Amino acid sequence: MSDMTANGPQLATESPRFDFHVVEDEHAHEHHETGTMLGFWLYLMSDCLLFGILFAVHAVLGQNYAAGPSPADLFEIELILVSTFMLLFSSITYGFAMIAMQQGSKVGTQAWLAVTGVFGLAFLGLSIYEFEHLWHIGATPMASAFLSSFWLLVGTHGLHVAAGAIWLVVLLAQVQIHGLTHENKRRIACLSLFWHFLDLIWIAVFSFVYLTGVLL
Amino acid sequence: MTSALLRKFRPLLALAAVGLLSGCNLVLLNPAGDVAAQQGDLIVYATIMMMLVIGPVMALTVFFAWQYRQSNEKARYEPEWGHSISLEIVIWAVPLAIIVVLAGLTWVATHRLDPYADLIRIDEETPITEDVQPMQVQVVALDWKWLFIYPEEQIATVGEMAVIEDRPVEFHLTSNTVMNAFYIPDMAGMIYAMAGMQTELNAVMNAPGTYVGFAANYNGAGFSQMRFDVKSFGSDAEFAAWADEMRASSEGILTDATFNALSKPSTFKEVVSYNGLEEGIYDRILNMCTEADTLCLDDQMMVDALGGGGLDGLFNRELFAGLCDADDPRALLALIKPELREDPELYASVLLPPQDTTEMRSN
Amino acid sequence: MATSVPDFAGQLTRGTQGAEIAHPFWGKLTWDIFPFYDPILLGTFIVVCIGGGALVAALTYYRLWGYLWTEWFTSVDHKKIGIMYMILATVMLVRGFSDAVLMRGHQALASAGYVGYLPSYHYDQVFTAHGVIMIFFVAMPFITGFMNYIMPLQIGARDVAFPFLNNFSFWLTVSGAILIMLSLFVGEYAATGWLAYPPLSGLTFSPGVGMDYYLWSLNIAGIGTTLSGINLIVTIVKMRAPGMTWMRMPIFTWTTLITNILIVATFPVLTVTLALLTADRYIGTNFFTSDLGGNPMMYVNLIWIWGHPEVYILTLPVFGIFSEIVPTFSRKRLFGYTSMVYATAVIMILSYIVWLHHFFTMGAGADVNSFFGITTMIISIPTGAKIFNWLFTMYKGRISFELPMMWTVAFLLTFVVGGMTGVLLAIPPADYVLHNSLFLVAHFHNVIIGGVVFGIFAGINYWWPKAFGFKLDRTWGLVSFWGWVVGFYFAFMPLYLLGLMGVTRRLSQFEDTAYAAYFFTAAIGVAMIAVGVLAFFVQIYVSIRNREALAVDGDPWNGRTLEWATSSPPPYYNFAFTPRVYRRDAWEHMKQAGYERKTDGFTPIHMPHYTATGVVISALWTIMGFALIWHVWWLAVASAMASLVYGIAHTFNYNRDYYIPVDEVAEIEGARTKKEAAQNSVVAAE
Repeated sequence: MSDMTANGPQLATESPRFDFHVVEDEHAHEHHETGTMLGFWLYLMSDCLLFGILFAVHAVLGQNYAAGPSPADLFEIELILVSTFMLLFSSITYGFAMIAMQQGSKVGTQAWLAVTGVFGLAFLGLSIYEFEHLWHIGATPMASAFLSSFWLLVGTHGLHVAAGAIWLVVLLAQVQIHGLTHENKRRIACLSLFWHFLDLIWIAVFSFVYLTGVLL
Repeated sequence: MTSALLRKFRPLLALAAVGLLSGCNLVLLNPAGDVAAQQGDLIVYATIMMMLVIGPVMALTVFFAWQYRQSNEKARYEPEWGHSISLEIVIWAVPLAIIVVLAGLTWVATHRLDPYADLIRIDEETPITEDVQPMQVQVVALDWKWLFIYPEEQIATVGEMAVIEDRPVEFHLTSNTVMNAFYIPDMAGMIYAMAGMQTELNAVMNAPGTYVGFAANYNGAGFSQMRFDVKSFGSDAEFAAWADEMRASSEGILTDATFNALSKPSTFKEVVSYNGLEEGIYDRILNMCTEADTLCLDDQMMVDALGGGGLDGLFNRELFAGLCDADDPRALLALIKPELREDPELYASVLLPPQDTTEMRSN
Repeated sequence: MATSVPDFAGQLTRGTQGAEIAHPFWGKLTWDIFPFYDPILLGTFIVVCIGGGALVAALTYYRLWGYLWTEWFTSVDHKKIGIMYMILATVMLVRGFSDAVLMRGHQALASAGYVGYLPSYHYDQVFTAHGVIMIFFVAMPFITGFMNYIMPLQIGARDVAFPFLNNFSFWLTVSGAILIMLSLFVGEYAATGWLAYPPLSGLTFSPGVGMDYYLWSLNIAGIGTTLSGINLIVTIVKMRAPGMTWMRMPIFTWTTLITNILIVATFPVLTVTLALLTADRYIGTNFFTSDLGGNPMMYVNLIWIWGHPEVYILTLPVFGIFSEIVPTFSRKRLFGYTSMVYATAVIMILSYIVWLHHFFTMGAGADVNSFFGITTMIISIPTGAKIFNWLFTMYKGRISFELPMMWTVAFLLTFVVGGMTGVLLAIPPADYVLHNSLFLVAHFHNVIIGGVVFGIFAGINYWWPKAFGFKLDRTWGLVSFWGWVVGFYFAFMPLYLLGLMGVTRRLSQFEDTAYAAYFFTAAIGVAMIAVGVLAFFVQIYVSIRNREALAVDGDPWNGRTLEWATSSPPPYYNFAFTPRVYRRDAWEHMKQAGYERKTDGFTPIHMPHYTATGVVISALWTIMGFALIWHVWWLAVASAMASLVYGIAHTFNYNRDYYIPVDEVAEIEGARTKKEAAQNSVVAAE
């Protein structure tokens, strides 16, 4: 160490003693934990931007029917309303799962997660039914720019829900194996954010794509 | 005044910028057309203005690097000095001042040189009078050649275009292929030409001669070959003679069929011309319906604006042909759509048969 | 005459390979995909095969595979990942630079009336690959490498927030690079220009696999970049040493933070844009087609909404590098720290509202064009403030012209010219005549080479001793420096003039031989840069050979920030004790306050395990990308499923970290103490 300061400025030789070492390192673990949540929030923000662009694309292309069908010709709003409620219910039941988790009830958590999964699958099933119907009548993503952006936007959301469902099943297994450990609790909390986020996106899809599409 | 003065010195400035590299033709700073000339002037003014900051910065860099070198023990050394409000105000204010001036210049120049706006002068001394009618040229970018349509002369040419000295030209541009940029450096800045869309460019050529134009946006394998000559004639008579020459050596009339043949990918060694224009050919090129049984974009957009063509529109798009030119498109569509849902054949009998749609459009 | 430009005896058609119907098992793969017909490619292929074979043989002979796998490929150590990013970037620099040499040579010939040696079909792929590689696989990995290696050290952290994710991000970048390299010998690459505007990049006009290589390589690499951005933000926000408040962070850390915010807030736009284009090509959707309601102009807008911030993603970290180098070698505080931070933040915000200046010539109205022109000019205010800050850091300093400082001065002199021409291009009517010209090409090479590349070399020369424990050779460093700097001026000043002469970019044949002198000068410039590139490799080789003589202690430059507080190279846990920070320029403060390194009282250190998951999943994604490019659907599905299963299996591993025992820490730190004592005695003896 001796010659390192030799050619540098020697100004503060009589400055107060500073302790430059952190000996206790017990905060490191805690930092790591909060880091995961922040990281996941950032991921959600980037995902939000991804959907934002898809919405913007839909705003640009959403009325380019290419002399083909418009939302009024295609959407069965009752069906969409049902699937919306499926997803809304699943968000509520996920909330119950979080409460059960905080109460330390492993079975309760698993049960509510399973219910959430069932609602999620119901939503996916209805989505697939709708897509299958649209394809069948010829309203394919190739037919017009409006349909392209509709399929991609709703399809991307559906893929996210499917990914969330897979994640949910994995978490069920992990809770089964390891119990409600610190790590599993963090994972459940992350999926909770993800699930509510998808719900939020769906509200936007329902309002801007389906409802305004049919009403305007 | 200042502009005239600078104009006088422009070649000098250009030369100063190039230094010893005389003999090269910096066409952007010394073009033949007034619009390009104003754009070239702008480059020179802005450069001079920015050099007011850039020059001192570069000089200071060299000076500081030399003055405060390690071996110069005489220079002052203040290792803890890192902040000075007054200096930092200057640091932010100097670029700000230049940018304020440049921003003003930008706003004025951008509005003045808007390619869509009609010209306000033919050259520096000559404002445009009421009776000046710009020459109309419709330009279509193809793989890999330019098609020029002269609606007034009823001719079309490929690979060569002509204008008249000091007569404004109004270009309408579209593309039948990928995105292209239309550029005659001697005349005016470039503008994109895109399929299904129309852009506009107003310019004038102030000297006779033969100039070069080309595609300035990469567009595929034949990009380097997509050039054309621009002939600027000193009088109307010369231009008329050129038009006659084009008529004489023509390939016939520009129709949907001849256009479709022309639009196949190729490059051209020779000038090609057409001595007549089928009614509405440019509109059909613009609306991408020179092929049989394709719905024109304007019709399609009219259907969309009226709420779409319904499920049947997925399979019977061409039935909407001509909607755009109907007296009351909304009524026509309302008539069409419910019928269509019931019985497409009935609908087909109500609407004009396809071969008559061209006529209907030209009304 | 329509044109006298010679047609190269080549295909003037739209699209080439892979337009045929795919085989159910082999997809579009046939024997025709290998470019045996092209002597240049064949020659390159043979050279690469021989070189690659020799490398593999050498690694096998010296039994290095196991070492590489366990110590490097599976490493989650941010320093090793940083170095691997730098190696990737250097390898890709050779590829991208070879493309540049090919183009300059060809244009020099073509402008002199010869046909040259590249048919447009090949030439167009070369300039596309050059742009894509230089931005995505050279500049990006270089700056990500710096951010990875340096930033955690500067904030006194032991690793990044998500070490596994860091490894995964790196391998995704490699995956993209592998795909783009494969396109050289298997099939073809895109011939569209580096941003691949539709409709040219759509299925109708580019039916071949080249565009698909483009899309999948960028999508995979782009996901890696986004993840790495999230990782580094969290690292800075959560893992700074105690006492390091926001306004005590080193400027490089600041620029890293802001760069990564830009990354997270723009790369999703790129991902979506490319995904939509992929959908257009694979499904037949109509996002960017000209008919059925599609809108190609939307692509141009979207890609530049990502593309312009990307410019600042490249330059801001480099500004950070210069902000470290100037104070260190001026032996002085950075002038105007606060205004530097705010300037960076302002640039971040402004970079989002200037994108339209890339296509003034699309025909937007005068109001729109002037708005975007003026916002663009406003960026030059904070940038100008930065330049002045560096200048006044030199003012009243004691400047030692070590290699990093020389690169910095070259940057200051060169970059302002690029900045000036940039503002010139921001004036819409000036852009109408300069757009797409070689003037534009000269401008962005002026800022990217004069800014980013000079900064990268400054950074390499500056931090190399930190990473490896010895300095880089000065003599060869000077050769490299002068080769690059002088070569740059020779290569690009003629292009400014050519632009003013109305010459467009991306031309492979010329009508007019008047340009030959300029293209020839530019080719000479590239030859000089080639000397600079070669000298860089020689510099590294000579330095490694003389590493004993060039060896340094932890702080060879009398640095000011925390990375110089630890040994060179740093131990894998970075700091035996997390440093506590009281002031800006923390290490300078420690030295002034008479800091003594603590040599006892160690505690166990919490560290992450290495893992192979990142390598395996990225390998599977590479296969998936390749299968998608060649329409081998079964393989794409199989590899996607495999990566999903492997990823899920990874989450079942709860044993992610461990504690380094006190003894091991004590041993490593003891070795350092001994080494420093020996170095000090050598210094004393001299």
